[in-house]
Amino acid sequence: MGEIKFMKGNEALAEAAIRSGLQGYFGYPITPQSEVVEYLAMQEPNHNYVLIQAESEVASVNMVYGAAAAGARVMTTTSSPGFSLMQEGVSYIACAELPCVFANIVRGGPGLGTIQASQGDYFQAVKGGGHGDYHLIVLAPNSVQEMVDHCRLAFELADKYRNPVMLLSDGSIGQMMEKVVLPEPIPYKPDKPWATTGKTPDRKRNIITSLYIQSEDMEKKNQTIQAKYQEITKNEIRYEKYRVDDAEIIISAFGLTSRICKKVVDLAREEGIKMGLFRPITVWPFPTDQFAEFAAQDRVKFFLSAEMNAGQMVEDIRLSVNGKKPVYFYGRQGGIVPTPEEILNAAKGHLK
Amino acid sequence: MLVEMIFSGFGGQGVLSMGKLLAYAAMKEGKEVSWMPSYGPEMRGGTANCIVNISDEPISSPVVTAYDVVVALNLPSLRKFEPRVKKGGILIWESSTIKQPPTRDDIKTYAVPAVDMASNDLKNVKVMNMLILGALVKAMAVVKTDSLLLALKETLPPRHHNLIPLNQQAIELGMAQVK
Amino acid sequence: MKEGYEVVYKRPKTLLDKRMHYCPGCFHATIHKLLMEIVEEMGIQEKTVGVCPVGCSVFAYDYMDIDMQEAAHGRAAAVATAIKRMLPDRYVFSYQGDGDLAAIGTAETIHACNRGEKFTFIFINNGIYGMTGGQMAPTTLEGQKTTTSPYGRNVQKLGMPLKMAEMVSQLAGVAYAERVSCNTPANTRKAKKALKKAFEIQGKGLGTTFIEVASNCPSGWKCTPVESLDWLKNKVYPYFPLGVFKDVPAVKEEV
Repeated sequence: MGEIKFMKGNEALAEAAIRSGLQGYFGYPITPQSEVVEYLAMQEPNHNYVLIQAESEVASVNMVYGAAAAGARVMTTTSSPGFSLMQEGVSYIACAELPCVFANIVRGGPGLGTIQASQGDYFQAVKGGGHGDYHLIVLAPNSVQEMVDHCRLAFELADKYRNPVMLLSDGSIGQMMEKVVLPEPIPYKPDKPWATTGKTPDRKRNIITSLYIQSEDMEKKNQTIQAKYQEITKNEIRYEKYRVDDAEIIISAFGLTSRICKKVVDLAREEGIKMGLFRPITVWPFPTDQFAEFAAQDRVKFFLSAEMNAGQMVEDIRLSVNGKKPVYFYGRQGGIVPTPEEILNAAKGHLK
Repeated sequence: MLVEMIFSGFGGQGVLSMGKLLAYAAMKEGKEVSWMPSYGPEMRGGTANCIVNISDEPISSPVVTAYDVVVALNLPSLRKFEPRVKKGGILIWESSTIKQPPTRDDIKTYAVPAVDMASNDLKNVKVMNMLILGALVKAMAVVKTDSLLLALKETLPPRHHNLIPLNQQAIELGMAQVK
Repeated sequence: MKEGYEVVYKRPKTLLDKRMHYCPGCFHATIHKLLMEIVEEMGIQEKTVGVCPVGCSVFAYDYMDIDMQEAAHGRAAAVATAIKRMLPDRYVFSYQGDGDLAAIGTAETIHACNRGEKFTFIFINNGIYGMTGGQMAPTTLEGQKTTTSPYGRNVQKLGMPLKMAEMVSQLAGVAYAERVSCNTPANTRKAKKALKKAFEIQGKGLGTTFIEVASNCPSGWKCTPVESLDWLKNKVYPYFPLGVFKDVPAVKEEV
């Protein structure tokens, strides 16, 4: 059993990164994420990581690129507008296949928006976000504990696949405090023969680039990373089921909303409605087959996706269900967190 | 058992810290806890609140809109959250600054003149929030008083440990307000 | 080697034996060679990591036999910052053009210099966007014609060309700033000396080192290589004077 603490999601994420062998952090303050930088700044004298408060998110993400390419275990965190600024760098990192971790503590948009929690960056997170064909592995924690657990998992997956990994969190999880069990610190010994650490006589020079100016080369590069994405899809889909075994209504949600929906399920069951929750933990790769399996079962009447946006994950559910059953949506926007009661009412509205 | 609470008032009244202390104390008793602050552009004197859930089971939703316990330390908070107390629930309000008392009769209300008592009896208005917290744990035994004191000791930086006796006094004074 | 002969000129081993894609007469090739000579002479091939920009020198890693990273346009300073911070005992340089360093990447440049990041900027200032076909740069001279300033740079509308070496020399983090050129053998030797000095200062960890090369672009300037040297002498050096703008180690030695 690790150390038990009472921590904010953002602080827990920072502590988890330290305990996962963080070597470099580059970031820029933005509400509701700033506690990550603040915590790392406070802890800096006790550890060996490099910490730079960069001049912008644009600089942060490119520092992540440089440090990751130099073989270090690195992370940056931001909130929605900041992650938009980073997109160019994220695309370069994806193409150069650099392991690193991003966390987006999402707030309401578009534009400057609001600093309250939102899930409006789902598309940006799972469909690419920047230019070109690429994917991040995207984990959607729903508690302070999962900010910790997913942080370590993210570093491991990043190294395993040489792929950037993202924690798609939100302002509520970042700001709230919960009991958290912290893992034992692990020393990090990178094994990255491809890193640019200085050309030694025993090897050729290492080049980290995302430039393949000949079309044939660029296509080959794309095929390589697409093959990797297939491998990730095969191995890394994660999800959670709650009272689905006899469920006639499958309610689905990710992140914070999935916790609210657990309560929705309990309330529904109290009224005798057979509802269950299916929660994608990896939103990329998406648990497509699992949704398809539910859709194939006769007892399942419909799906409802509850999100803090205008309907984003619902599109992936519809693709998975492929027209076999109705897929409905209920959402709140602008930083409003939906209540269990309103989601339940929305579900009941489709029970005819 | 799940207890859903909100602490509300002006920034600087110690609203967030009293919720945090209570949640910490409950955690030390082995309970599941969540503490969710309202957050906005930083402003001294702005409104602030935090939702605290304490439960024997893992907490599903940290976001709640109806409460077993509401603590209101200013009038806007009282107006906003009085209607959201569950039937039979508890409302604790600061009665030396709020001049318009609550009106519902299907809930238990406790008037605590914490500001006056803290400044007059304890000569330190800052411990007003501890007075309220004392009243709360007397009105509903969500945690033991000892756990609150342990929480104070573990969450206050050592340089402030000299203030623990004063805080303890405030908690006890608050408890005495609830008959 | 034949008896009685002496080697007076050779390619450093750190420079790969490849045909370069640079236009005839361009200084890039010369500067690549100087740089790789220094890496060879200092014996730091194993400890050197370079960062290429977006611009004509985007393929610099094809020619230099060292570990290199390709940065996004303008971000070489951020990338180099992180490499140097993660690997503080390595020699790190960014190799950037004027669009990269002084337009899209100005913020990264200024802040890396201000933090005193201990890597070496190699700033190739030829006053034009060569790779994309001769558009105006932040360092294009007043009245100079480019494809996006076809009637000559109007400084009323577009401001004066940025003097980067002078600007960064004002920042506390910068230990050494010099502008050099390669129009004559003498200036080329001076350029090499400046680059070497920058690397030595980097090795001592004294601060940011910034070498600006007043460079040419015969293709973009629509002239012959020889005419480009005249343009440098008559137009460029009067506005972008060669010389040392900051030398903190020298100041310290005097004290």
